[in-house]
Amino acid sequence: MNTLTRRRFLLASGAATVAAAAVGVGWKDLADRTRTEPLPVGTRVLVVVTLYGGNDGLNTVVPAGDPVYQSARPDLAYGQHEVLDIGEGLGLNPGLAGLKQQWDNGTLAIVRGVSYPKPDHSHFRSMDIWQTASPDHPAGTGWIGRWLDANGRDPLNAVSLEPVLPPLLAGATTAGAALPLRGLALPGGPIGTAFTALGQADDGESALQAYAARSIDDLHRTVATFGEDVGVAQGGAAARGVGLAKGGQKGRAQAGALAAQLDVVARCVEAGAPARVYSVSLGGFDTHADERSTQQRLLTEVDQAVSGFLTRMASSDRGRGVVLMAYSEFGRRVVANANEGTDHGTAGPVFVAGAPVRGGFVGAQPSLTDLDDGDLKPTTDFRDVYATMLADVLGADPAPVLGAGRSTLPLVSA
Amino acid sequence: MTPIGERDAVRRLLQRLGLGARRGELDAAAAAGFDATLDSLTTPGPDQGAAATPVPTLSPVDRKAQDPASAQTAQAERAQLVMWWLDRMAAADRPFPERVTWFWHGHFATSIQKVRFASLMAVQNATQRRLGTGDFRALAQAMVVDPAMLVWLDGGGNRVGKPNENLAREFMELFTLGVDHYTETDVRSAARALTGWAVNVPTATTSLVPRRHDPGPETVLGRSVTDAPSLVDQLVSLPVSPQFIAGRVWTRFVSDTPPDQATLAALVNAYGSGHDITALLRAAARAPAFRDSASVLVREPVLWLVSALRALNLPASKVTPAALAGGLTGLGQVPFAPPNVGGWPAGTPWLTTASALARLNVARSLVAVGDFSPVADATAAERVDATAALLGLPGFTERTTAALAPLARMPSQLVAAALASPESCVSA
Repeated sequence: MNTLTRRRFLLASGAATVAAAAVGVGWKDLADRTRTEPLPVGTRVLVVVTLYGGNDGLNTVVPAGDPVYQSARPDLAYGQHEVLDIGEGLGLNPGLAGLKQQWDNGTLAIVRGVSYPKPDHSHFRSMDIWQTASPDHPAGTGWIGRWLDANGRDPLNAVSLEPVLPPLLAGATTAGAALPLRGLALPGGPIGTAFTALGQADDGESALQAYAARSIDDLHRTVATFGEDVGVAQGGAAARGVGLAKGGQKGRAQAGALAAQLDVVARCVEAGAPARVYSVSLGGFDTHADERSTQQRLLTEVDQAVSGFLTRMASSDRGRGVVLMAYSEFGRRVVANANEGTDHGTAGPVFVAGAPVRGGFVGAQPSLTDLDDGDLKPTTDFRDVYATMLADVLGADPAPVLGAGRSTLPLVSA
Repeated sequence: MTPIGERDAVRRLLQRLGLGARRGELDAAAAAGFDATLDSLTTPGPDQGAAATPVPTLSPVDRKAQDPASAQTAQAERAQLVMWWLDRMAAADRPFPERVTWFWHGHFATSIQKVRFASLMAVQNATQRRLGTGDFRALAQAMVVDPAMLVWLDGGGNRVGKPNENLAREFMELFTLGVDHYTETDVRSAARALTGWAVNVPTATTSLVPRRHDPGPETVLGRSVTDAPSLVDQLVSLPVSPQFIAGRVWTRFVSDTPPDQATLAALVNAYGSGHDITALLRAAARAPAFRDSASVLVREPVLWLVSALRALNLPASKVTPAALAGGLTGLGQVPFAPPNVGGWPAGTPWLTTASALARLNVARSLVAVGDFSPVADATAAERVDATAALLGLPGFTERTTAALAPLARMPSQLVAAALASPESCVSA
């Protein structure tokens, strides 16, 4: 359903075998560790929000006052009076009212013009590059996976609330844990007993068949620990619809899917779960046609989910250690196409928010006239954003994860 | 490599190039032998089961229609179309065309979520069935101007002066060449070659509107093209295209492990200058790796379901509709609604904790109406083995045998649990 892209990334990056290891880790393990070794209060936690499909950055952080913007996309452009002014000639999409409040509070930073050298226009390839942090050559591991590898190899340090482990959490020796998010009512009686027994391992079976057995076992562990309503969060449960790479226009993302994931993250953080990194996602941003209404609806969903989460996090000691980072695999072309949409482009904004964040702009806004074959020229390398998250949120050396020579950005207070 | 035995190879053949054996079919096929089974499976012929499941007549009703009656009709037609295809797949006496159509549905992945009209999806489905076992060039030519495809990838709005690149890019990246085998300039040029097509929804047809078409010529990957046909001719004749198509076929029908060089060469050779899809599939089945014990595939949910329907001699439309629809949604695979243009995943992404439970729940709704008399008629002591035979499985592990044994006096529960077993999740 929502997993193809990630599967493709896994295959493309050779990480599929690594990901398989994550099935062995379930809610039970997370719950046990939360009891025995909760994160110390004040520990910083990173929440990575992936927006699949290529979110149009120019209609997210909108240069509404720029006549070039207006003339490049006459049917698609927001007027100056429509956007939420954040200064420097820029305004937030009208769907982002909650994030505007965060901006005014000084807890939202916007990194502008973020991409990488020679941006790729394929959804699948560009998302692979962002998740592996390897623009130059295909990498077998994700950036958080490599952080796990270099920092104690504990799968419970990075948790995905998505139906399938995203490649960013797959390391060479360690993969983060992918935990399910939906109501799970197990049958009782003899067939329930038999079903439980089907989850046991058997030496004589193929790897894939053993994988199927582990999924049955993990289902039972999950229900045994958390009950049948695990993940049935406010805002509608269901992992269905989460992370559609090209949904929205092409299969709509389910309302409340992101809020449901962040609700579980909030509960884990408040309980002191051992994860330092959480991965959540929303799809549907591939807006080749009729972009305005689709994107604004999606951004409103992001806004409600994220600002609700941030507000909740600001109200507890543990929550005040949370930093959220939201990105998409690329922005869109400056000029609209004939369908009141935009084709695949390059640079876009990255949002970083939370109590420890230093609000404001970081990086230069790309020029709308000095273009690279119709595309924005990036001004910031996403690996510098990652380096900042590693150094200032996770307290880790970026070099083993990203290679030497990355700079950190003034995004997070010391 | 450890080769599997002849009977298991025939079993695999019926699962991979067919849709799973019905009662008695495995024994008959094993008696005929692998080669004869492959020939008969892939040779067209009369099909009473297909004839008994005719395509439903659908009206061009907009799923997003404002008036409730139309919206309700559109919703009903969508469900009707899904149910029809499941019924057809369950009923087909010659399952090969249906199996290949299912493959192309995932390859040219188009979703009714955006297309909205079940009637357009039905037309695309019919085209994929009509052309899907023949010349890939003809199929690709039809798909690039297919009504549902043009809606899906915004081809209907791609016009001279203001191209929309969506269709051009995905046609090269996902349908004919694979990523890395073209440049951004090629994408833009191809988009211009594809300008000017319009969809007529009531007739479910498309046509070229000359004033919206950019006559070009454009250069795409070194050759001059002017329109959709010349673009597709160019793409499918590039050397990388047969390798790409062979790779996609291999992943779905044979193994997660890519073919070795010799095997790939044999596949491409069989495909040949005629872009012969059936010949490619036959070559894939004859490849040594097809008989490798390691060439296990996870069954896609729909193929798991259809195989169960065939084993239980059960039309999909006899199953409680809500249970079936909810089950497919829970399993993550609803026909005519792939998640994105890349199609559905393959392999372990289907084996989640949530889908393990969804599989059991669907299985319970199947046994409520299906025919499992070979199990019920067996003695209690023989029933576990009879269940494996009924479901076309080579057998059960000790784990599963032990888990199922206490259900021997409850044949329906026994069959349901067996359908949810790890053995049923894979095509061994």
